[in-house]
Amino acid sequence: MDDDAGGTVLFVGTIRNQTNGKEVKGLEYEVYRRMAERQIAKLEEEIRMRWPIKSIRLVHREGKLKVGEVSVVVAVSAAHRGEAFDAARYAIDRIKESFPIWKREKFRGGRYAWAKGTPIQSRSASAPTTSEPQTSPRGIVRRRTRSLVEA
Amino acid sequence: MIRIKIIYFAQAREAAGTKGEEFKLDGQSSVRTALSKAFEAHPKLRPLEKAIKVAVNEEITQEDAPLKEGDRVALLPPVVGG
Repeated sequence: MDDDAGGTVLFVGTIRNQTNGKEVKGLEYEVYRRMAERQIAKLEEEIRMRWPIKSIRLVHREGKLKVGEVSVVVAVSAAHRGEAFDAARYAIDRIKESFPIWKREKFRGGRYAWAKGTPIQSRSASAPTTSEPQTSPRGIVRRRTRSLVEA
Repeated sequence: MIRIKIIYFAQAREAAGTKGEEFKLDGQSSVRTALSKAFEAHPKLRPLEKAIKVAVNEEITQEDAPLKEGDRVALLPPVVGG
């Protein structure tokens, strides 16, 4: 954590136990990994340019997850809380609308169904990727193999 | 002739019955040409036609964009991350 950061916003998305009133037993994310990894790096860079933040880290899971497990993490630190909240909110909204990620929900009896999505939103501008060294989880993380991919 | 790869995700992958495959197209082909090949090869994809967006080499692309040798054309159904 940077000493000049005065606030950190951490958003943690978890798997809910129901969707539209139907009990959900778990779900499986499918990810176009090559594209999602590039988008994570570009989104981090875009946010760094739009807000005066100190650091940002975005992680999304891939594969099978159980109810209560973490599916997505957005962490943003900034000198003041305002830009940290704004940047984190923007990040999770963009992840949901513009990342090539799909999910199949598992219902009682083991039946799977694709969750209804929205057409992927293209990006307004492309930003160069950051080459800053990374030490903690970042990018697309697959559950069982625990492989970790640097975006 | 150019060779391109079409890759399918989620409902499109299930409808096509494959994760991806190569197609040969003539040199003047666009994304639209590639899509018609895919829909021809896998009629089960047709109900998804309106909902699908296309990425070429991992960038969202319009249907009139030209294709070149080795392009990766990805069919992306509506997304739902997070």
